[in-house]
This record gives sequence, structure tokens and C-alpha cells, in this order.
Amino acid sequence: MVLIYSDNKKLTFELLSKGSELSKDLGKKSTAVIIGKSNDTLANEYIAYGADNVFVAETDVNSFKAEEYAEILEKVVKETSAETILIGSNKNGKELASRLAGKLDAGCIIGCTNIYLKDKKLTAERVVYSGNAIAVEQFNSKPGILTVSSKVFDPLKKDDKRKGDIVKKKIETEKSSSKVLKIQEAKTEGVNVEDAEIIVSCGRGFKSKGDIKLADELADVLKGKTIGCSRPIAADLKWMSEDHWIGLSGHKVKPKLYIATGISGQIQHIAGMRDSGVIVAINKDADALIFKSADYGIVGDLYEVLPKLAAAIKDKMG
Amino acid sequence: MNIIVCAKQVVDASEIKIDSSTNKPILEGISKKISDIDKNAMEEAIKIKDKHGGKITVVTVGSVDAKERIKELLAMGADEGILIPYPDKYDYHVVSTLLAEAIKKIGEYDIVLCGEASTDLFSGQIGPKVAGLLNIPQITYAQSVDAEKDKVVAERNMGEKSVTTESSYPVIITVTKEINEPRLPSLMEILGAANKPINDWSADSLVDGLEPKIETIDLKGISMERKNIVYKDSLDESIGKLVDNLAKEGVLG
Repeated sequence: MVLIYSDNKKLTFELLSKGSELSKDLGKKSTAVIIGKSNDTLANEYIAYGADNVFVAETDVNSFKAEEYAEILEKVVKETSAETILIGSNKNGKELASRLAGKLDAGCIIGCTNIYLKDKKLTAERVVYSGNAIAVEQFNSKPGILTVSSKVFDPLKKDDKRKGDIVKKKIETEKSSSKVLKIQEAKTEGVNVEDAEIIVSCGRGFKSKGDIKLADELADVLKGKTIGCSRPIAADLKWMSEDHWIGLSGHKVKPKLYIATGISGQIQHIAGMRDSGVIVAINKDADALIFKSADYGIVGDLYEVLPKLAAAIKDKMG
Repeated sequence: MNIIVCAKQVVDASEIKIDSSTNKPILEGISKKISDIDKNAMEEAIKIKDKHGGKITVVTVGSVDAKERIKELLAMGADEGILIPYPDKYDYHVVSTLLAEAIKKIGEYDIVLCGEASTDLFSGQIGPKVAGLLNIPQITYAQSVDAEKDKVVAERNMGEKSVTTESSYPVIITVTKEINEPRLPSLMEILGAANKPINDWSADSLVDGLEPKIETIDLKGISMERKNIVYKDSLDESIGKLVDNLAKEGVLG
């Protein structure tokens, strides 16, 4: 049995695609899990996207808490004798999968970029060492827990004719002694760097928040119009909201053109942008690490380079 | 307040090169350090101790040379270190089980702190997995921590939202890099750390017959091949050449 769970619907569709492939290879069934109130519409949608069955864990717990959700999933795993557990690798999913691994004394692989059977054993790949290597890790025990981020696998085509069973069961949980006091929406500027085609990205080379407009002006000339930034700009100085942040703990991007301005090129930043098509670096320090990760570089003061570059691109594009 | 900090020794990923003949990352001969975010955990532990008093114990599962790195944490302000040398075979499961068993052996503790993930493998599973093994509450991705006498309130960075969570003790907290700026110990503190104890606890003494659940069967290097053309002409000429090349590559919109 391959069990599939995420609190994100779209991510669950993507997991179902890999889940049904794995369950076929293993000669087993795939089961999507819903935690909370019974929801036949959602259950049928999961079936249409590839689930053989849906298990609805009915509970009074109405918001996510890793302690309680891990206990619920532990009971579902035992109930269904699942041997492979796929969990969506968002922030909730990662801490849920890890805690579940502790409770089940199971192996766990976080952030898989591929999953397959090798020598009949469940095997997964994940990126390690800040993007310098891919580790191929293989389970030698059951159950195995794996998490997968969004956009790693494509969902199957929706097929409303697919049939599957929906099992509902009330699951009791112990209340966790931790409690949520407040949830605050983070300030966002509604930017989606992950889907951007062209990104102009800013780092510590900018002296003040107002100067970011130089990057804005360059982005305006380019069709992409998306501004990204490195960690200090979003996390420390808070000149931009975190939806702009590109890096290991920020967003991972792969635009066709990435222009890094005033960014030194810390490995954590490179990990977020290394899959870009063409990388351009502008930095006044000729020894900046960023040039090692760039296709084209200009050593110069961004305050001088950016306006000239914007003008030259405007000329070129007519 | 008894605080335990779980810290990992890692290779400095920024120094990793790929061996082009074997396509494997070269991990030997690279400098090692305490994983950056574990130092943030250490700093937070010191702040809590400054407020409430108590003791900070650092636990590391790692190679024998990690002792040198543990000294850095003792210099920062930890009172005692424990090194559990890696058994012959280990994985996330072995490491988290050894940490959990070591924490149980230490016995009295209020807060276990660690980084949200290590900077080498960046899995982030050790903290919540240890919490699951110990069956105690977990607060992950904390960007601020306010430890009071009988409870802790932390603000968690969940990306599009921040969640303020409260827990009683004992609790495991994993912190983000943004939570603080780890201090640099003074020379006096570095010298003073030499007198603080680092105990060796063997894996066998903590748990019998511990086996990995996962085996790393291959490690493939990802080489980052870039053109690395840096223009060295006058600024106007450089920009001209850059724009010509970008147009040729077809990436200007």
C-alpha cells in the first residue's frame, strides 16, 4: 500500500501521479489520505487524479499541528499496513513526515527529486551539499517515508470515470500540549519568482531600500519584470518581502535570464538560482564568488552599470 | 533551565569541487565547521540561560575530529559537550535515535534546540524526528523565542505566514538563521573553554543493535558549467558586448 498525504490539494495531485506509478511497480494500491471532516468532493477528485482508494481520517482536530497530525497518520499507517508513505514537502509536511518517522521508527527521505524502485528496493534522489551533488538513497527497511516538493512531478490527467473506494474512519488523538496563539499573514507583494522568465535580483550591494528602484527600472525594460533578492535583503534588512527571496531557504528559480546585481554569491544563494538559463553578474568586487556561477559578468558599480545596461537593452530591443 | 543543543559538524559546502573524471563531489580535505544554523541554536540557548540561569549541554553525533568544533560552542557559552562518535554505519535514523537516547540519558532537560536543518544535507528531519522519538512537543522554524519560567512562546516562520506557538516544557525547538547573530567568543572565552568537559559516549552504550534504515548508494556531482566571461573593457563597451550576447542567446524578452 502506498499512502499519499498533503494538506495542499495541488501537491497531492502531483504526489498521486508518482504514487500510482509506484503502486503499480510494487503491485499494490495507492491510497490518498484526507485528515479532518469527511469531504466526498475532494475524495472523488483524488480518485480522478489517480488514487485507487481514499482514506478519510475523521477528526475534531481542525488545524494543523505536527504532534496531532503525526499521531493521526501513524494510526492510518497501522490501519492500512502502508509500506510507502508519500508526503508533500511543504513546511508542514516536512516536520510531519520527520515526526512520523520518529513515531514509527522508520526511515525518512526529505525533498526527493525522484523516486523509483532499484533492485526492487524503494530508492530516492535528493539534492545535497547546497546543490553540488545528488544523493541516491535506498530504503532497506519498511515502512519508508518520503517527502516531495511541489512541481517535482506532473499530475496525471484528470479522469472522472476512474473508480475507487472511500473509507471513512474516526481517529482519536491526544491533544498536544502546544497551542497556536496567533497566525499572521506575512507581508507579501504578490510576487511569484518561481514562475518568472526573467529575474533581476538584488543583494547587499544596494545601499538603501530606495535604490532598489534601479533594479526595478532594469526589470521594467526586460519583459520579465520580476525582482528577486538574496537573504540579507529579505530576511535581515526587510527591504523586500520574502516572496522575493531566492536561495536555499528561500525560493528556487529557473528563469531563462537571471541578472544578479550586487550579490556576492554565497553558496546558499547559488543553490536557489543555479538552474537558471543564462546568468549575468554585476558586482564591483572582481573576486566576488558570483562570477564563478555566471555566464557573463561586469565588474563595476551597480549604480553606474544598471542605468546604462537598462538604456542599452532598451536600444537593442527597439 | 536545562538546555540541550544538538549540533552537527559539516563540511563547508562552498569549498566542494566536483572531480570531473568520476563526477563525484570531493569531500576530503575540505574545512569542517559547526553547521551555521546550529550556531544560531547555540546563541539562542545562551540568551535563555542568561535570563533564567541553568546549564547548556551540547550533543554531537559525528566523527572524532568534531571535538575541536565542540570547543567552539563551549567557548561561546556551553557548559559541557558530549560527543557520540559515528558508528560504522549511520543514517538520519541512527543519528536521531542516538540523539534521543543521549537526551534521555542526560535526563533533566527543558528545551532541546537545534538548527532547522544542517547546511550540508539540508534535510531538516533530525529535530522533529527526535521530538517524535521522545514524544514531546516540537516548535519548528522558530524566528523568535521567548522562554518564560514555565512555558515558551515562539514565532514560527511558515513562509506566507508567521505562526505564534506556545508550549510547556520539555519541548524541541528548531531555529532559523534569522533568529539571531551568533556571537564570536573572545580570546579569554576560547582559552576558558579548554577547561570545560567534553565526554565521549559510545553509540553501543546508548542503544543496542541500531541499524540504518537508509543507505546512500551513490553520490553524483552536479557540475555548474558556466561560460564565466567577465568583460574587462570600458563600461560602455562591456555593456555593449553583454547586450549583444544576451540578444544572441535569445533571452531578452
